[in-house]
Amino acid sequence: MSRNEEVVLQIRDVSKSFGGVKAVDNVSFDLVEGEILGLIGPNGSGKTTLINIVTGFVKPDSGKVFFKGKELTKLPPHKIADLGVTRTFQVMRPYHSLPAFKNLIVPLYSPRVKRSSGGKLGDRDAVGIDLLEEVGFERDAYVPYKIASTLPLGYLKRLELSRCLALRPEVIICDEVLSGLSMAEIASMIPVMERLQMNGMTIIMIEHRIRELLRLANRMIVMNFGEKIAEGIPEEVMANKRVREAYLGVEAE
Amino acid sequence: MVTEARRRERLDRGIKVRTERLYAVSGWQEIAYLVVPRLVLILGLLILPLVMPSMYWQKVMVSMFVFGLLAMAFDFLAHYVGLVCLGGALFTGIGAYIAGILNSYFGLPLVLTIPIATLGGGLISTLLLLPCLPLRGIYFAIITIIFPLAVPRIITALNIWGGTEGMTVPGVLPNVWVELYLILGVVLIVLFALRRLVNEDYGLVLRGIKDNDQAVKASGINITLYKAQAVFITSAIGCFCGAFLVHQYGWCGQSLFALDFSILPIAATVLGGVGTLVGPLLGSCILVPLVEILRAIHYLRITFYCIVLLAFIVFKPEGLMSWAQRKYHQFEHWEKV
Repeated sequence: MSRNEEVVLQIRDVSKSFGGVKAVDNVSFDLVEGEILGLIGPNGSGKTTLINIVTGFVKPDSGKVFFKGKELTKLPPHKIADLGVTRTFQVMRPYHSLPAFKNLIVPLYSPRVKRSSGGKLGDRDAVGIDLLEEVGFERDAYVPYKIASTLPLGYLKRLELSRCLALRPEVIICDEVLSGLSMAEIASMIPVMERLQMNGMTIIMIEHRIRELLRLANRMIVMNFGEKIAEGIPEEVMANKRVREAYLGVEAE
Repeated sequence: MVTEARRRERLDRGIKVRTERLYAVSGWQEIAYLVVPRLVLILGLLILPLVMPSMYWQKVMVSMFVFGLLAMAFDFLAHYVGLVCLGGALFTGIGAYIAGILNSYFGLPLVLTIPIATLGGGLISTLLLLPCLPLRGIYFAIITIIFPLAVPRIITALNIWGGTEGMTVPGVLPNVWVELYLILGVVLIVLFALRRLVNEDYGLVLRGIKDNDQAVKASGINITLYKAQAVFITSAIGCFCGAFLVHQYGWCGQSLFALDFSILPIAATVLGGVGTLVGPLLGSCILVPLVEILRAIHYLRITFYCIVLLAFIVFKPEGLMSWAQRKYHQFEHWEKV
């Protein structure tokens, strides 16, 4: 947990309905600088919608989101990313015909990177390859040079993560970066996430892999039917009666 | 640390060069392999007007290159930015009317009207299409097809700028040679500039918008701004064609909003190969003379384009140029035994 307990992201009474379905119902929580916050819940419990609201892809019906005192709810997605709140997508669609490192040209071309590097970024390709190495693309095996459509899922998830990292963000929201990966891929992904936290990144992780998340997360939030049903340190949350009910028969681990 | 980074960069560059299919120039054969197709194209286009038998065919060539430009612009916007614009005639029309009005009402010379029509027309077209830019795919296509149908009606209804009669434009290009080499110069510049642009980092952002606009937004890039810039490039090319045609005809009227300027570039693009940029140019170099030869079925020419379009979509969707490029790259690997 962070030493100075500075809140970076405040979510206040956010609600969103699609037709008659309440996807997110009056959810509030804080994100503290430097922590990994786990966000779990059964399928359809509104986790991704909540992320879409925070990153501006969906406008909430009511409620507000603040990033360091600045209201995000009125801003378009690219402005929010420009402030340093980035996200990965659950469904990855890389630029298939390009080599992996060329996929990072787009974020490296963004105004945020231009500002932070002061126009002295150098060769974007080289910066992209370094970023890929940071998330576990083996440079010696020439993985960063492979065409994106030939990469296995594990690398695509890493590519998606590095697309966020390229912006040098303050908050990364990971939408299921571990799901669909083999045990070996997950095992190599965990140190990547730990290193990000050590480098001062604040992370929200949406996951279905509870066991791995328990290892990583400092704090957990559980959602069900759009509502927040529990919040706290992982062990307490998992012992919570409502959480057990929500997961009973769903998670068979 | 700095030397370490330098060393890595050097290492990577070697591999990068290989992955981009650019290889070290190691002999005259390799140089020729790269240069010959480009040289054949450039010299071929430059010599073509000189070997044309008659004034008539030289005029046909001019319109061939005009349609080539429009087709390249369409291909750029459709394949590299993902905005399928079915209303290319809007751009020629706007460019034509700006040049026509400036020349016949204000008496500005050609050297001013054509650049003003190109840039100003591009700006006006971009502003007109700006509200449609958040739309994707078929929705954008439908909206764009409406504009070139609506604008001539408005001109007729208000009876401005010559109404249905059109207006006479006194400034005309001096002779067919000036026409030919002016348009040819622009064709070559636009072709190589667009080819360069789509492979620069800027072009990769545009291609990113086509492939996955959500991810580009999440990367902190304002996609509407980039789409607007791409539309400006396309419409400026279209407006140049319109202004050029006005000064070729010495007349400006509603036929510059005709369906031909929307449909023929698309047919040429499909024929030549989507996404190759040079393909659409060659496509129009085939289609336009063919239509002239088939003058007898003049009124059926739209039908004819549609048949070409259909036939290629069904039987050869990759287009001529993609096929030729593939064959050429296979040719490299043929070795003497």
